[in-house]
Amino acid sequence: MSLQEALPDSALHSTASSVPIEHRFNPYSDNGGTILGIAGKDFAVLAGDTRNTTGYSINSRYEPKVFHVGDNVVVSANGFAADGNVLVKRLGQQIQWYHYNHNKELKLSSCARLVQHMLYGKRFFPYYVHTILAGLDEDGKGAIYSFDPVGSYEREQCRAGGAAASLIMPFLDNQVNFKNQMDPATNGTEPHPITYLSLEEVLQLVKDAFSSATERHIQVGDGLEILIVTKDGVRTEYSPLKRD
Amino acid sequence: MFRNSYDNDSVTYSPTGRLFQVEYALEAIKQGSAAIGLVSKTHAVLVALKRNSEELGSYQKKLIRVDDHLGVALAGLAPDARVLTNFLRTQAMSSKLVYNRPIPVSRAVSSIADKAQANTQEYGKRPYGVGLLVVGYDATGPHLYEFLPSGSSLEYVATSIGARSQAARTYLEKNFDNFGSSTLDELIVHGITALRDTLAQDKELNSKNTSIAVVGIDTKFQLYDDDDVVPWLSKLDTLSRASGAIPTEESTEAEQPETTETTETTETAETTEAADASEAAPAADDSMDTTE
Amino acid sequence: MEQRPVNWGRPRDDIYGAYDHNIHNAAKMPTVHTQQPIVTGTSVIAVKFDKGVMMAADNLASYGSLARFTDQERLIPVGKDTVVGVSGDISDLQYVERLLEQLEIEENYDNDGHELKSSNIFEYLSRVFYQRRSKMDPLWNAVIVAGVEDGKPFLSYVDLLGVTYSSPTLATGFGAYLAVPLLRQVVDKEGDEDNLTEEDARKLIDKCMKVLFYRDARSIDKYSVATITSEGAKLEKNVKCVEMNWRFAEDIKGYGRTVA
Repeated sequence: MSLQEALPDSALHSTASSVPIEHRFNPYSDNGGTILGIAGKDFAVLAGDTRNTTGYSINSRYEPKVFHVGDNVVVSANGFAADGNVLVKRLGQQIQWYHYNHNKELKLSSCARLVQHMLYGKRFFPYYVHTILAGLDEDGKGAIYSFDPVGSYEREQCRAGGAAASLIMPFLDNQVNFKNQMDPATNGTEPHPITYLSLEEVLQLVKDAFSSATERHIQVGDGLEILIVTKDGVRTEYSPLKRD
Repeated sequence: MFRNSYDNDSVTYSPTGRLFQVEYALEAIKQGSAAIGLVSKTHAVLVALKRNSEELGSYQKKLIRVDDHLGVALAGLAPDARVLTNFLRTQAMSSKLVYNRPIPVSRAVSSIADKAQANTQEYGKRPYGVGLLVVGYDATGPHLYEFLPSGSSLEYVATSIGARSQAARTYLEKNFDNFGSSTLDELIVHGITALRDTLAQDKELNSKNTSIAVVGIDTKFQLYDDDDVVPWLSKLDTLSRASGAIPTEESTEAEQPETTETTETTETAETTEAADASEAAPAADDSMDTTE
Repeated sequence: MEQRPVNWGRPRDDIYGAYDHNIHNAAKMPTVHTQQPIVTGTSVIAVKFDKGVMMAADNLASYGSLARFTDQERLIPVGKDTVVGVSGDISDLQYVERLLEQLEIEENYDNDGHELKSSNIFEYLSRVFYQRRSKMDPLWNAVIVAGVEDGKPFLSYVDLLGVTYSSPTLATGFGAYLAVPLLRQVVDKEGDEDNLTEEDARKLIDKCMKVLFYRDARSIDKYSVATITSEGAKLEKNVKCVEMNWRFAEDIKGYGRTVA
């Protein structure tokens, strides 16, 4: 017996006839992928997978989404890829104009405020992205700023964004900010003290986070691109992820 | 006293077909200190003489970056140059945004030449009081253009604008055969040698008054000022002056540049008017502190 | 004679009664935007090979499920080393065609030795598509730009949302499900194209177009193939699917002779 035969006639037609189906252009889509930023003592990293998707399709296995926009600032806007790219491009040009007008580098904190205004400027037709900014602050310490789609933001030690954010963030809470960890030196009676991780530890953490997210999330995989910011500049590391 | 009745606006022709306001604007360029541009097969170079209005004052900027592949040198009203370069910057950025391509140098120049031309044809407008040397490197190689308030733009192998620039041009005309195959360093030395010829007898080039900019193949537009120009200044041939690196018997000719220019402008029938215009020029020297 | 212009061309009051001025004062038609594609073209597929890029699209323009026009060219050459392949709404395709023609003409005005590279054309198109989607008035297409630039193959995608990506294999529409897996068997990651010759790429394209004709109900067995190398773009028209075999159809219940 087919589905049509099994259902009473009314079940198929009642909703269709009484409520008109709204059919209108949807200007957004979800291009998957995930990003992750961690700040260290004198460095910051911002990593993103290189897979680009719509629905169940893999559009591209290598489509970078973390960019150096000048002045030792790296940024990624994850979510709807068209909005993300436009935001990053506009930010890069804004930084150029800052140079023309003021003849100096843009501070990371000022860059963060600029991003807030760019996002809030489209409050009623938002950029559908989770934005993360990484770089060094005025004291040379690593800094991560994260934004919601309409511009509210805060500085953090680490943040995951995009499709697998909910998979990675709890892992980060535990491994970067030592949440729910007790100090072994006190025989487990005191909370683990907050300490900076070394760059090597952070890179390993990032790779573990992404390979785990790749296992559990269909929109994550193919490749991992990590941008590392130190006082000497920005460098990029690429490593493969599973492609299934 | 004679009064020119055809120079009240920039849109009225004189009976002999001249636009006096435009010619006055061209005079404003000559008030500014000299700027020189030259190109080889791989690079383009700008050099310029900076002035300070008083001993304790700072030196005015003569070279401005527009994009990684594009920059200008100015002679004349600095504020006008700032407006034009800001416009060039928007054009350069929109080329990047819309076509993902560094703006071709020729098109960048046409875009400001069109603006300048409009000022010579629209009532109530004032022609720009500045000349620019635009250098850049694009898909068709290195380029040097001269932009003038009249709206004309011409490409050059080497040229100069500003005060006593004829002296520099004399040097460039004698040596341009070597520019094409020059290395970047040689090109810069040619540039500052030509620049030295624009100086008054008692002046010398130094790290304070010399600006150098380069752009070219695999070389983003780069400005050099102060101590950074010393390596090139030290390469200047200390012996020859006004004649440049190549010793020549005609060296005295270059030291009388103003005479040559005045003869050019007075060639037409309206001798009196032209003399009037060029006489007024030196008087303005101190009052116009925006002229660089 | 009626002296007041406002009453000209209106029904006479003495015959039809007083004129309802609400008709005259009615608001103008609202601005209308494309809400759905009308006449459409199906998939465009493309793959990089060692010396260039190859792209194909069939010649059908469908009106819903009706095969309305059977000789619609959907591969548009721009300049001498770029081809733009368009799927989706055909009227928007023709608009894009005019935009690109205008772009090329204006690029040549100056005759200064500059020419638009594939990436320049692609960037321009993606700006147009993103701007139209942001006005909630999209161009209803998915477009692939293929070309050769500085001796290297170029291949990128943009659609009605302004979403862009590039990959050594690309396909729009059904091609993303049916052709891409076949293409990726040969060229999966960047660099794999170095091991694919033009000849093999051509066979691969034919294979994909045949599978698309078998399975995509909005396709036709006549298509164009564009091959772009550093020597320029070559457009092969009226290519037919050959060595097709429909024997399997007989075994499909309700389609061929098999009834029960």
